[in-house]
Amino acid sequence: MGIIKADKLVFEYIRRDEEGNVEGITRAVDEVDLDVQQGDFIAVLGHNGSGKSTLAKHINAILYPTEGTVWVDGMDTKDEKDLWNIRQEAGMVFQNPDNQIIGQVVEEDVGFGPENMGIPTEEIWARVEESLKAVGMYKYRKFSPNKLSGGQKQRVSIAGVIAMHPKCIILDEPTAMLDPNGRKEVVRAVRALNDVEGITVLLITHYMEEIIHADKVFVMDKGRIAMQGTPREIFSRVEHLKHLRLDVPQVTLLAHELKKSGVGLPDGILTVEELTQELMRLYHV
Amino acid sequence: MLRDITLGQYYQTESVIHKLDPRVKLIATICFIISLFVVKSWIGYAVAAVFLAVVIRLSHVPFKYMVKGMRAIVFIMLITVVFNLFLTPGEVLVTVWKIKITREGLQQAVTMAVRLSFLIVGSSVMTLTTTPNSLTDAMEKLMKPLKVFKVPVHEVAMMMSIALRFIPILLEETDKIMKAQIARGADFESGNLIKKAKAMVPLLVPLFISAFRRANDLAMAMEARCYRGGEHRTKMKPLKYAARDRMAYGVLAAYFAVCIVIRIYL
Repeated sequence: MGIIKADKLVFEYIRRDEEGNVEGITRAVDEVDLDVQQGDFIAVLGHNGSGKSTLAKHINAILYPTEGTVWVDGMDTKDEKDLWNIRQEAGMVFQNPDNQIIGQVVEEDVGFGPENMGIPTEEIWARVEESLKAVGMYKYRKFSPNKLSGGQKQRVSIAGVIAMHPKCIILDEPTAMLDPNGRKEVVRAVRALNDVEGITVLLITHYMEEIIHADKVFVMDKGRIAMQGTPREIFSRVEHLKHLRLDVPQVTLLAHELKKSGVGLPDGILTVEELTQELMRLYHV
Repeated sequence: MLRDITLGQYYQTESVIHKLDPRVKLIATICFIISLFVVKSWIGYAVAAVFLAVVIRLSHVPFKYMVKGMRAIVFIMLITVVFNLFLTPGEVLVTVWKIKITREGLQQAVTMAVRLSFLIVGSSVMTLTTTPNSLTDAMEKLMKPLKVFKVPVHEVAMMMSIALRFIPILLEETDKIMKAQIARGADFESGNLIKKAKAMVPLLVPLFISAFRRANDLAMAMEARCYRGGEHRTKMKPLKYAARDRMAYGVLAAYFAVCIVIRIYL
């Protein structure tokens, strides 16, 4: 069994009117199966309301499944006694950086998780130093979070999670509120964690450029997993993606259009370099 | 820019007073305020003044920052002085029309003015040399015994420090909402007081909604990071008394003893 496993996971939001009568039921997550191996970089894609954030909150035991089961490192998330172990092993980074930083100084915020876990003082300091270095924010350790840019704040949030030494990190649209530069910073930090530290990453996003480096991509639509595969496999199916109201990277779209009008290109081109190489090969430049 | 505002009035510099444990400073301030009401003679006030002057000198904070705190209470001070001056019965010194100034009144008024200004300057020394955060820490540690009576000491301290962290963020948000409302024709400036207060409603409603949303998000983020109240929690920066803190307590005790001796014998 992988580090994160979901079996026929269903989650329903129940809407009630003022008297508390059930008005309607929305299935936010509908029979999702998931199996993530230790060390994987997984991306979950989907437009707004596709259920991807709801899915993420199940892995951190913030929400409990209506039906089905989620296991994190073999622990059932419905099991109350494992709650804190699950939250320590599956760290979570949220969308809004301002609403998840608790400390008034960067280093204090990174130390918040370890403090809650009851780690001895000297080890907290060691962990804070190591995590801030891992995201390249060590020289800002004495700063007030209010003085940092969005990308920097989000890196501090990530450091706050890795200071708890999790086996996997779930990032719930960490770049949605950032400018392009901040997005690059955060994605670079996340990739480094996956490559260097071997932490399993589950990145939830609706930016296509961020999933190119993922090992596996899940595309969600109306609470179900609509597509899954490597980024190349996913991007080969441009029409299907468009149907799910998702954009493809411009290069991929260009290659797709070229192919449609008769140029002999392969499917699923992801980067500018790849496209130039293929074109040069085709026309023997 | 709103995000640059500093809370409290912490003055960043290196000094012995800055380095003292916040608990020492908190207790010292309380003792100093009590001592102002213990002493009654001029010698007593002189001792208090010397003590205060030495502490200010050691703190390396420019004196004008201390005086800044006084401006806020000038009005209250004036009222106290005037009332004491004219309404205390006793040996009449000067009579102007129907108003009499008595010797006792004069004495009372001057004493009150001295007490109030010492009180304000004394507590400014504390807020100028201690960050709000370490003050919260000190309060949490000092009030720990209250836990026996089921007072949620840790939770209150946590709430205070979160409030401190969010004040700049909410101020910025207020600014944003205000500009958005002004852009759509809202008028916050003109009109009388009632009209101005009414104009605040479209500002407060969105602000409250967003504050609640933030609180909800923050609570979730804290739980996701294993926060479960004060139990089993360790401290990244635990408060520990150093040699200089014990010395400071010694000096404080000596000062307080002198004050009591003056009260009894002089």
